[in-house]
Amino acid sequence: MEMREFDSPIQNTWCPGCGNFSILAAAKQAMFELVKSGELKPEQIVMSSGVGCHGKISDFIKINGFYCLHGRVPPPIMGIKVANQLLKVIAFSGDGDSYDEGVSHLIHAARRNLDVAFIVHNNQVFALTTSQVTPTTPLGFKTKSAPKGSFEVPLNPLHLMLSCGATFVARGFTGEIPHLRSLILQAIRHRGFGFVDVLQDCRTFNPTLEKFKPKVYDINKEGHNVGDFAAAWERAKEWDNRIPIGLFYKVEKEIYEKQLLGDRVLVDEKPLPSVQNLLKEFM
Amino acid sequence: MQDISFVIGGQAGDGVMRTAELLGKTFNRLGLFSFVINDYGSLIRGGHNFCKVRAASRQVWLHRESVDLIAAINQDTISKHKDELTEGGGVLFDSDVAKYEGPHTPLPLPITTMVKQAAGIPIMKNSVIIGAISYLYGIPLDLVNEILTWAYGARADKNIELAKIAYSHAEKNFEQILKVEQVKRPPTPFISGAETVALGAVKAGMKLYITYPMTPSTAILNYVGPNQDELGIVLVHPENEIGVANMMLGAAYAGVRTMAATAGGGFALMQEAFSMAGQAEIPSIFVVGQRLAPAVGVPTYTSQADLRFVLHAGHGEFPRIVVAPGDPEEAFVNAGEAVNLAWKYQTPAIILVDKHLLESYMSIGIDEGKVKIEPADMAESSAGEYKRYRFTDSGVSPMAFPGKPGAIVKVTSYEHDEDGYAIETPDGIENMQKKRLRKMALIEQDLKNRETVKIHGDPKTDNMVVAWGSTKGAILEAMMLLKNPLKFMQVLYLSPFPDWEVSKHLESAKNVVLVEGNLTGQLGSLIAEHTGHHIKNTVLKNDGRPFDPVLLAGKLEEAFGWK
Repeated sequence: MEMREFDSPIQNTWCPGCGNFSILAAAKQAMFELVKSGELKPEQIVMSSGVGCHGKISDFIKINGFYCLHGRVPPPIMGIKVANQLLKVIAFSGDGDSYDEGVSHLIHAARRNLDVAFIVHNNQVFALTTSQVTPTTPLGFKTKSAPKGSFEVPLNPLHLMLSCGATFVARGFTGEIPHLRSLILQAIRHRGFGFVDVLQDCRTFNPTLEKFKPKVYDINKEGHNVGDFAAAWERAKEWDNRIPIGLFYKVEKEIYEKQLLGDRVLVDEKPLPSVQNLLKEFM
Repeated sequence: MQDISFVIGGQAGDGVMRTAELLGKTFNRLGLFSFVINDYGSLIRGGHNFCKVRAASRQVWLHRESVDLIAAINQDTISKHKDELTEGGGVLFDSDVAKYEGPHTPLPLPITTMVKQAAGIPIMKNSVIIGAISYLYGIPLDLVNEILTWAYGARADKNIELAKIAYSHAEKNFEQILKVEQVKRPPTPFISGAETVALGAVKAGMKLYITYPMTPSTAILNYVGPNQDELGIVLVHPENEIGVANMMLGAAYAGVRTMAATAGGGFALMQEAFSMAGQAEIPSIFVVGQRLAPAVGVPTYTSQADLRFVLHAGHGEFPRIVVAPGDPEEAFVNAGEAVNLAWKYQTPAIILVDKHLLESYMSIGIDEGKVKIEPADMAESSAGEYKRYRFTDSGVSPMAFPGKPGAIVKVTSYEHDEDGYAIETPDGIENMQKKRLRKMALIEQDLKNRETVKIHGDPKTDNMVVAWGSTKGAILEAMMLLKNPLKFMQVLYLSPFPDWEVSKHLESAKNVVLVEGNLTGQLGSLIAEHTGHHIKNTVLKNDGRPFDPVLLAGKLEEAFGWK
């Protein structure tokens, strides 16, 4: 198969130069690599996204998809995996989508160690609704919903996920596509909740590419031990002078699907043919 | 005719419900028809819980308010129920903790002492009560042992011993109230609506049950949880109702018939997902158990005030199925139908029930042959390029599930084209909106081959009662108390609305009275909307309790001008 077979017929409507293009490219490359290597068949992949600029990615990749309501990416993908754990789910969400509207679902998906890749397009702003604060908007940042500057302490998504028990916690950057592609691939291959927060440039409302570029460094090239939770926590604190990207933490734990189902593939199971014996219990 | 009625009361945690259920089951085994209602408050320990048990030689549809016997674990039960005793009634009570001096026969039983002497635990007081009641109604002790063994398995011995001690004590000290006569009839289950909703759905192919606890639908969870393996289904309890509904959409998209249950408040949280089920054409089944609202309302008491809510649930226009069974047998059939209809027409279905139907037990025949898996319209492998939302005359697009080679299955909460990509063009939008709504006519056609309305009583009389849901039981009982013949139209399907049936019966009736467990006459307004018939004569109430047939009969006499 060719990579362009993943191209959908839909015209892309992101702003020119949007960081989403980098995530789209990295994700498509990662999917292509999985198909080309024979690890997955295209029909085994299901992508999902929420609502916001990021969500449109569902329209831009020609593959099985579940395009969710705002903030509700984790529950449907959990349903998909419970129904058919042989499917590979690659989910996309945004900082407004998953750190704001649907944060409770994100917490529980991580805590349960659902076996999916979960990629958050974090541009620190509600962009599609033309600029309002999200939980990752920096202090003092002015938007339409905080015209005097945001005074709410931003959420640290990596700390959130680490404390929820996510078994794979990473951060990518749209200025580093090959690195991002590699993180997405690792997240997909990780058996468990593969979380990648992606620092994404919003050309229109929060251009960060040039600001972040000189500060970004790859922690995996600086001897970070991905099995060390405390070290991951410390690295995730860094922000002002240097911005760490890469894989912060990874641990093997039993996945939700196995604990719930063992090897059962619910979609293939025959339903109970008769309830007569169950009715007899009531006689 | 034998018609036994008694109340068992105690504090929450005393095990009153279990005792009543076991006695109901015992009478059911004897061929009598039992009914048990469970009345409890929103607390775990303390308060006042009671169950009314009725057993008769004919089918009974409801408990009786009046009782021949009070079985009291505490003093409170006696003071709360003494006015319900009929003449010649008795008061069975734990003489270690309670007293009774009054016009009725005292039946003191040292329950606490008996349990202590047998080195039992407090919950075993129930077996003492079962033993004493068994004597009072002449139930054979072997049958009691059989039931206790069924209930407690390996731990039954001490319960059997205590029941026997109480039985002998009663034999020596009390006069028997009556000796029940066995009734020869085919055996039927003694079962609640909660259990039959689950069983009906399973028979129609439900393999995944998702829920977040909320009274009264927790009753379904209480059955499904311990029996999930026997039912062949998987149970999931996610973080909240929004998670429940959205998870159901994901599982159904991936091909598994899934059901979710909640109460009115939980369903309020599911609205956006409910709307997405309509938009994305994802088959989904919502059990909505009504309890007294608005808001948290009165959590453990029944109501029929959410009909309009479920009919208008979710933003936008899309087809929906709403069915409201009136008893556990109908709950079995209608739950099965709801699963099948949702999957045949790829749209959400609501099974609208209430606390009274879900949690009350009754003897009722259930024919599992009434429910089978009706296949959904599936895409053939050779159908060319797969389009999830292919335009068809019927509006139903053949389904495929992700994992099918060669098919790209895209579903979306956005308005979309045939492939499932978001669109904004006016023609595209209108075509897809109309495609979805075309299914409503198809569902209507389907319903014409199902029972959408039931006629009870005398079909020839021109005096007619109209009602829906669990109010059925009280009306059937009230009709037996009335001298004049009555026709009763029970509306099962609320959406699509069976106006073809409802109009016909309304046109042939002269006097019509509407009975509903709400204060605004929601079915009445729905009938007016669909048929132009305005039912002005109403008997309405919404106080958390089912209608009392005796009072209801009086109200109906007034309403029909017979008094």
